[in-house]
Amino acid sequence: MDKKLLKVCNLESKVEEEKILNGINLEVNKGEIHVIMGPNGAGKSTLANVLMGHPEHKIINGEIEFEGENINELAVDKRAKKGIFLSFQYPQEIPGVTVENFLRTAKTAVSGEQQSIFDFKFLLEEKMNLLDIDQSYADRYLNKGFSGGEKKKNEILQMAVLEPKLAILDETDSGLDVDATKTVAEGIKKLASEDNAMIIITHHNQILDYLQPDYVHVLVDGRIAKSGDMELARAIEKEGYAEYKDEILDESNSKTNC
Amino acid sequence: MSDKTEVKDIDRSLHDEKNEEKHRYKAQKGLTPEVIREISREKDEPEWMLEFRLKALKIYQKKEVPTWGADISDLDMDNIITYVRPDADLQSDWDQVPEEIKNTFDALGIPEAEKESLAGVGAQYDSEVVYHNLKEELVEQGVIYMDMENAVKKHEDLVREHFMKLITPNDHKFSALHGAVWSGGSFVYVPAGVDVDIPLQSYFRQNAPGSGQFEHTLIILEEGANAHFIEGCSAPKYSVNNLHAGAVELFVNKGAKLRYSTIENWSRNMYNLNTKRALVEEDGVIEWVSGSFGSKVSMLYPMSILKGARARAEFTGVTFAAEGQYLDTGAQVIHAAPNTTSTVNSRSIAKDGGHAYYRGLLKATDNAHGAKASVSCESLMLDNESKSDTLPIMKLQTDDIDIGHEAKVGRISEEAIFYLMSRGISEEEAKAMIVRGFVEPIASELPLEYAVELNNLINLELEGTIG
Repeated sequence: MDKKLLKVCNLESKVEEEKILNGINLEVNKGEIHVIMGPNGAGKSTLANVLMGHPEHKIINGEIEFEGENINELAVDKRAKKGIFLSFQYPQEIPGVTVENFLRTAKTAVSGEQQSIFDFKFLLEEKMNLLDIDQSYADRYLNKGFSGGEKKKNEILQMAVLEPKLAILDETDSGLDVDATKTVAEGIKKLASEDNAMIIITHHNQILDYLQPDYVHVLVDGRIAKSGDMELARAIEKEGYAEYKDEILDESNSKTNC
Repeated sequence: MSDKTEVKDIDRSLHDEKNEEKHRYKAQKGLTPEVIREISREKDEPEWMLEFRLKALKIYQKKEVPTWGADISDLDMDNIITYVRPDADLQSDWDQVPEEIKNTFDALGIPEAEKESLAGVGAQYDSEVVYHNLKEELVEQGVIYMDMENAVKKHEDLVREHFMKLITPNDHKFSALHGAVWSGGSFVYVPAGVDVDIPLQSYFRQNAPGSGQFEHTLIILEEGANAHFIEGCSAPKYSVNNLHAGAVELFVNKGAKLRYSTIENWSRNMYNLNTKRALVEEDGVIEWVSGSFGSKVSMLYPMSILKGARARAEFTGVTFAAEGQYLDTGAQVIHAAPNTTSTVNSRSIAKDGGHAYYRGLLKATDNAHGAKASVSCESLMLDNESKSDTLPIMKLQTDDIDIGHEAKVGRISEEAIFYLMSRGISEEEAKAMIVRGFVEPIASELPLEYAVELNNLINLELEGTIG
């Protein structure tokens, strides 16, 4: 089987007139966990949004390929149906729509199969148990009145239900205390498999200790300045990003073949 | 719903006048005492009702058309007769009913017989069987539920004591017009201590001629009684007579509780100038649930007068203004006794250049000490062309009142749409989901089948298939 999932080539993007991504190269295969670290404003969330297809972000150059198909122009919902998932840094509150109804609609859309109310209840229950989420959340309005931790857990629940091929987790661990980070990280770990891949955007190493990523990329000024493994993350934890700011992009750091 | 029967012919008693008479009315323009006498004679009313109509007519002729709120200058007031006395032939042809109305009927799954009735053409949908079953249960408990025409004759004293005492012809030009030409509507009387556990639905009773236009609803709940009345239905009532000036008077006596639910969906040529009021005595409760859809112009401000101590009012309303519509709606509450409480929760949606205006009134008299009032109005605009306004007026004659007020006007959030779409949900469905969620507090107040209809209506509005 082809393990190739995502290939990003020389990706440049802008919001209004501001250029943010300056030529991203990235290749992600099934079974891999990638980590993207970087200083504030480097473009990490932008990369996540561009991959998901946020309408405010315009691609001005480069290519996003998913399972061998160019998805530059593909609508957000179509990308989700292909198997891309974004765990939001700031999940939206949708009053009046229960978690269960929302997820059943989403599951129907993504899977292309009508979800019976009864069967879906079972599925949801199972996933909530897996992530240690109280069953009462199913009847709550989506993210409405949720604490920061509850919102993040809910994102992971959505991922568990929708079973994407590629999950992009945008600072899913930010704003969480040590225990909550542990719960969320363990949840993510349970979901990682040989058939899917994850891109984890984070500032912290705690989550990485749980997840044991295969690759760590440092994103600075809209491009990947260095790629490595867990050692790179540890070095950054000690020394920060300063040395990468002026680093001349070393093409050999990127294993992408564009 | 399987118990419906059909009556082959429309009751033409109101419409089929002699031709020469029709000419005479038209030539005279405007309303005349002769027209009023004719209406009264056809209904075989007691003398006092005729007198009442004639008095109302005089007031009508003196009153000016209101100039605030909606622009109703298109209404041909000099030719009001054409609204009051429609040409029956005009509306008896199914082919002339606009396509959009027919499509909506189909989308809502309205049966053929009902469609024609709702469109004001062909056979009238009659529900005596359904109604009869309902009635037997209620009659045992002493409940009266009948059409207004019959109530005037059969329960003359009760009607006379209450009829247009809460909404008087002096209130405004359209209440005067209503007093002069009212026709159809429902009368409900619930004796002391009786709890009517099934909702009374006027939907089943729309078979009086002209009942969709100047209908009068009078509900009296005696001490400790409890009832739920549901008015209207979600299918647009099409009529070539595009003026609706109904009146709803609700008397809630000591410790009684009335819920009054409405989903109105008027055809897009309609001027809906409706007046609704409730008078609530000590420890009584009035709950309004109101859905306003359709019409060209609506002006509708249900009023709750909390007359007795600890009386309570709740208003939950949703208004949906689409292209070419101006819907001016809101709740009015008058706290006129100590420790009265009120909660107003209004949601409005505007799309495709529609204009939703919230106009509310909160009034407290000097003896309303210890009163509590909370008003929350939110509006959601689905695009940049649509408009939404909020005008909550407060007139307080006491300081000893606890008021909470919250108003939010916003556009549908692009981020929220992106969020939902990132879960595979299409843009249209994402918007519909957000709008349905926005009105959920109202939908959850409705009986299930009406909540489903409300959702269907919202979907139709969003798809733009209604107009």
